Amino acid sequence: MKFDTVIIGGGLAGMTCGIRLAEAGRRCAIVSQGQSAIHFSSGSFDLLGRLPDGTAVTDPVAGIAALEKDAPEHPYAVIGARACEKYAQEAPRLLREAGIPVSGDCRANHFRITPMGKAVPTWLTIDGYLTAGQPGALPFRKVCIVNVEGFLDFYPEFIAEEFRKAGVTCRFGSFNHPDLENIRRNPSEMRSANIARVFDHEKNLEALAASICEAAADSEAVILPAIIGINRNDALEILKQKVAKPLYLLPTLPPSIPGIKAQQLLQRRFRALGGEYFLGDTVLPAETENGHVRCVRTANHGNIPFEARDFVLATGSFFSRGLIASPDRILEPVFGADTLHAPSRAEWYTQRFFDRQNYQAFGIRTDRSLRVVKEGVPVDNLYCAGAGLAGFHPVQDGCGAGVSLLSALHVADRILNSKQS
Amino acid sequence: MNIQQNTVSENNFEQCIKCTVCTVYCPVAAVNPDYPGPKQAGPDGERLRLKQPGFFDSALKYCLNCKRCEVACPSNVRIGDIIQAARIKYGPQHNTSLRNFVLANTDLVGTLATPFAPIVNTAVGLKPVRYAMDKVMAIDHRRVFPKYAHGTFTAWYRKHAAAAQAAYPKQVAYFHGCYVNYNNPQLGKDLLRVMNALGYGVQLLDKEKCCGVALISNGLHKQARRQAQTNLHAIRTAVNDRGMDVITTSSTCTFTLRDEYPHLLRLENDDVRDRIELATRYLYRLLKEHGKELKFKDTAPLRVAYHTPCHMEKMGWGYYSIELLRMIPGVEVTVLDSQCCGIGGTYGFKKENYATSQAIGAPLFRQIEASGADIVATDCETCKWQIEMSTSKPCEHPLHILASRLA
Repeated sequence: MKFDTVIIGGGLAGMTCGIRLAEAGRRCAIVSQGQSAIHFSSGSFDLLGRLPDGTAVTDPVAGIAALEKDAPEHPYAVIGARACEKYAQEAPRLLREAGIPVSGDCRANHFRITPMGKAVPTWLTIDGYLTAGQPGALPFRKVCIVNVEGFLDFYPEFIAEEFRKAGVTCRFGSFNHPDLENIRRNPSEMRSANIARVFDHEKNLEALAASICEAAADSEAVILPAIIGINRNDALEILKQKVAKPLYLLPTLPPSIPGIKAQQLLQRRFRALGGEYFLGDTVLPAETENGHVRCVRTANHGNIPFEARDFVLATGSFFSRGLIASPDRILEPVFGADTLHAPSRAEWYTQRFFDRQNYQAFGIRTDRSLRVVKEGVPVDNLYCAGAGLAGFHPVQDGCGAGVSLLSALHVADRILNSKQS
Repeated sequence: MNIQQNTVSENNFEQCIKCTVCTVYCPVAAVNPDYPGPKQAGPDGERLRLKQPGFFDSALKYCLNCKRCEVACPSNVRIGDIIQAARIKYGPQHNTSLRNFVLANTDLVGTLATPFAPIVNTAVGLKPVRYAMDKVMAIDHRRVFPKYAHGTFTAWYRKHAAAAQAAYPKQVAYFHGCYVNYNNPQLGKDLLRVMNALGYGVQLLDKEKCCGVALISNGLHKQARRQAQTNLHAIRTAVNDRGMDVITTSSTCTFTLRDEYPHLLRLENDDVRDRIELATRYLYRLLKEHGKELKFKDTAPLRVAYHTPCHMEKMGWGYYSIELLRMIPGVEVTVLDSQCCGIGGTYGFKKENYATSQAIGAPLFRQIEASGADIVATDCETCKWQIEMSTSKPCEHPLHILASRLA
């Protein structure tokens, strides 16, 4: 099979890169080992929430300029602050054109609310989800938090505890319905996706709306976990009309409905642009020849290789096995690329789970064009995008989605502007 | 106590991190609340079953073995195999009903039916007969049966084709499967036509039995294993002694021969697995990689919507059939969203599964109706039956469309 570009990994970085290249008329293939971490999405995309020293970032673009000076190994610094700003302007368009309605400003963070009720700085949030201009500046003083009875992945009490700190009065509502009893027969499967299917039926949405109205009483607004709209786009609108009060969604623990939808929309967009998406396949260890990749082979396609002019490694970090930790080294399993990591395992992590762990910033060594380095030399047609890059703390610094989006656009830019084209 | 024995499971099940992504993409869990979904039925349940076989849950029979859970799994867990292996190991140890026996024994029933095809076809089309089958055998009366051919493909081949095929300089072996043999010999003839046009003769295997997929899913795994041994022996003879590759026209037969044999029936096929492939993939290689060409006569516009069968999705080979269709002059291809049509082989024929089967397929049927296509193409015979029964469009194999337009 011959393509212009073969992208290994179908998560946020891989699909963003594929969509950008396909928009420019390139013939791309994405090979993905199963569904991606987008299924764990918070409904928001972070660009930069904190600097490595812990300082909160209000203006991510300014924050990235600071990184350029203070954290030269950070992918944003490698890409360059000016290029980052350009990509940060471009990324929301790409998401919106895929059908993901996001709002936000790369010059001013807003705050998303986590499933635990905490306010966390972020860049883009999908419409309908609760946000705040400042932590504590919630758009209501009295709110009703409604949950589905027996739902395992949403905790109104924790949320209320945080909201009360901001002076918000909370009351609770609980919803049950005969159709939910069917799921409850397997109590361990009371998960967002199963529940959301119940609310694909309009009459069940109406029953939910009626229950919300009753529970809300004199509350100014209503909070609902993200358990609606898995197969229909009008679910929130229908509820809003019936409830006649501001209604906000909060993300749940995974699987995430906004994540599932985002994944499917990106995939559909990529395919609509002519991209070929190979799901559920594994790229086998591949050779480079004189600093060049000619082809890769996969478990499914065996004796028919994927040939391309350029390759993108977007296989992610440890979770998706884009990186593998052996007792003394961090390995990149497809090309055996060079990785950046502390030499001694004792330096990889501390005993405290929530510490800033060094291993989180380990990743694939690249040059300034994000070309993958192997045995000290950049491979001329192999790029890296996304979570597999080295030099950043995606969770602690609130920059995971931003690094995926911006590095993917940077790699696409490099490929589109490379000399051979 | 042998701790190892009690803690180690195959199929990569220990890689499961309980992310639930498999259940999100399970077509059955989406519509049938009696099925707890692949995470629970697979790795979660396996943990319990390893401790005590009594934890086996009869709801596992609702799994239609589509393997879409495995395609979705980010951790490479063979969830579908865990479920099917559990049914074999812990489930009912003999066939549970006459109905399952009849549905599973496609070879036997096909052999009995083809000589009397006109009578059988008329009979199973009659309302009273269908109601009787529903009442007596629990085969749903709303299900439209595939028609039997009057005479088998192999009988036709031996009488009319064998001599001419032998004359070609290059040869491939053909695993035709039950569908081509008993229901649609034309597809086998189409394959011969296309391969001949490229200079290849087509040979039958020395002996061919039903691949066994329906036997496995109906609890007749011992018989499935015997038939698999016969098939593997014939395939080895073709590959090793006669130097031929083995091609197929059914995505499910292909998947069963290549992957279900080693994973579920514990029959190693490493030595021949790469030599068994779908005809569309074989043709893709000949046309795209070896520069062979086909000449077409009919180039009239035809809008084709391609449906990716579940086992095709699992193999990842839909691309080859789609590319092959795209090569045909005049053909405009739309690729339908890859989703289960609901039939699951014999699954949708069973009275207790009929509603589930049609509910699973509903989104696909809607997309087909809205596609504006003249015809649906797919590589799976049971998907074809389901699509033709449940939509207004005809459904054909890509090779049939290709062959009918050749010069």
